[in-house]
Amino acid sequence: MSVLVYAENSGGKFKKSSFEAISYGNEIARMSGSDLKVISIGDVSPDELKKPGNYGAKKILNAAADNLKSFTNQAYAAVIAEAAKAEDAKVIVLSASFSGKGLAPRIAIKLEAGLADGAVSLPDVTNGFKVRKTAFSGKAFADVTLTSERKIITLIPNSYKVVEDIKQPEMADFNPPIADADFKMVIKETIRASDKISLPDAELVVSGGRGLKGPENWGMVEELAGLLGAATACSKPVSDANWRPHSEHVGQTGISISPNLYVAIGISGAIQHLAGVSSSKNIVVINKDPEAPFFKAADYGIVGDAFEVIPKLIEAIKKFKSAHA
Amino acid sequence: MKILVCISNVPDTTTKINFTPDNKSLVTQGVQFIINPYDEMALTRALELTEAGGGTVTVINVGDVSTEPTIRKALAIGATDAIRVNAVPRDAFFVAKQIAEIAKKNNYDLILAGRESIDYNGSQVPAMIGELLGIPSVSICKSLKAEGNTVTIEREIEGGKEILSCDLPVIAGASEGIAEPRIPNMRGIMSARTKPLTVIEPIEVPQHSQVINYDKPKPRGQVNLIPADNVDKLVELLHTEAKVI
Repeated sequence: MSVLVYAENSGGKFKKSSFEAISYGNEIARMSGSDLKVISIGDVSPDELKKPGNYGAKKILNAAADNLKSFTNQAYAAVIAEAAKAEDAKVIVLSASFSGKGLAPRIAIKLEAGLADGAVSLPDVTNGFKVRKTAFSGKAFADVTLTSERKIITLIPNSYKVVEDIKQPEMADFNPPIADADFKMVIKETIRASDKISLPDAELVVSGGRGLKGPENWGMVEELAGLLGAATACSKPVSDANWRPHSEHVGQTGISISPNLYVAIGISGAIQHLAGVSSSKNIVVINKDPEAPFFKAADYGIVGDAFEVIPKLIEAIKKFKSAHA
Repeated sequence: MKILVCISNVPDTTTKINFTPDNKSLVTQGVQFIINPYDEMALTRALELTEAGGGTVTVINVGDVSTEPTIRKALAIGATDAIRVNAVPRDAFFVAKQIAEIAKKNNYDLILAGRESIDYNGSQVPAMIGELLGIPSVSICKSLKAEGNTVTIEREIEGGKEILSCDLPVIAGASEGIAEPRIPNMRGIMSARTKPLTVIEPIEVPQHSQVINYDKPKPRGQVNLIPADNVDKLVELLHTEAKVI
């Protein structure tokens, strides 16, 4: 019996959210008295491949066949399902990344497993198997019990800490047969903005709303984000007006995020926006309207004009950084 | 092109969510239900594709009779006909099995759904249907173009996007950017009343998961308001108290 975690890589490096999933899986393995196994798919260097061993993995499977070099949803799902069978995994954990969300349902069908998507904490195994997940786009939580023999969990990025647990893992190549039909979808091109921090994974996020008056004023948002090492985001009216791309829209119909810090500039805090950011650990709101509803959902607030406050904040952070360099 | 669009009946995005005293279900009294916004984007894209290249758009919903106003709205927006599987959805697997069962009999070229529903946020149904039918699935699709039998899809990834290509049939979960939702016009609303809405009884499906409890996030404490002329204080608090910088 084991717990299997899929360690997703981006350009050959395991993502931080993968290490979160590995640590999460390691704790489930500890609770259930079983071993943690990790599967990597695609092109990952031998050194990188050993890293899950620092977080509790006892065995690392490496599926690196030529036809698995680029992500193919169906084929990757087949590999993970085969690994779960080969390792007798009763619990399978993936990050709730864009790719993980597409893989988990297919694996669930293959393994006749129940799926808890978007988990925010460890399962409660005292009486059955209960997983807490977000619901109503962050307005609520749902506790889901999984009753199938095998169970699949996708874990929301930034909701579980990476915990070191050094092991000497067994390394094994894994090459299950995969049907040609699983390679029908082909990647024509991958476009990645390499200089930007990806929003769903970001620990710090700086976000702008309509209060910034126009796309030409995003320079200070980007400067602030750059100083903090934060990702940039925006509210729905901003992406609807094409001031910023849809991929930056956080909120009920955009993406939900759980960073350690969310800085909202010129965003009033409509219920749909709050839904997508309410699980942020710390929220700073900067708005000139003292009645903005967002202040009620914030930890820190500054009532003031963004065009005055943000340049001052940028200077203050520069000062802080040089003092703490 | 013969297109199936899966739609879900969800509380309006402005809804304040409340649960029954036993925390087992949503209080629906006074709640306005709508087509799941992502499903509405899927529907609009489906209509754009059939308007350009011919074909039909069938909408399907798994729900009891209370979802029919939402189905009629989809017909008013422009869907050709509708199917309702007469069951209260239990979990994503249940819904996916019902829809896959019907899709198997009808040979759709393209199946579209939303990337997730804004109530249970599962993102499970499209990929489950894909697996059940043995066809490719794309869970978060920002653009979908069709040329003959080939579709080109833009998929969202962390910090970028992928351009994918495959032959039909395929299933995709619509995300922002795929299409702008439409407001139904009077002619659409009138014709929706007489468009075919077929009610089908559900098949039996084993249950793998169950929501046993809901609750709401704990409210945050009082906001710490910092004077606009003392941003140094904010930086200090973010360092010493929040410990995020």
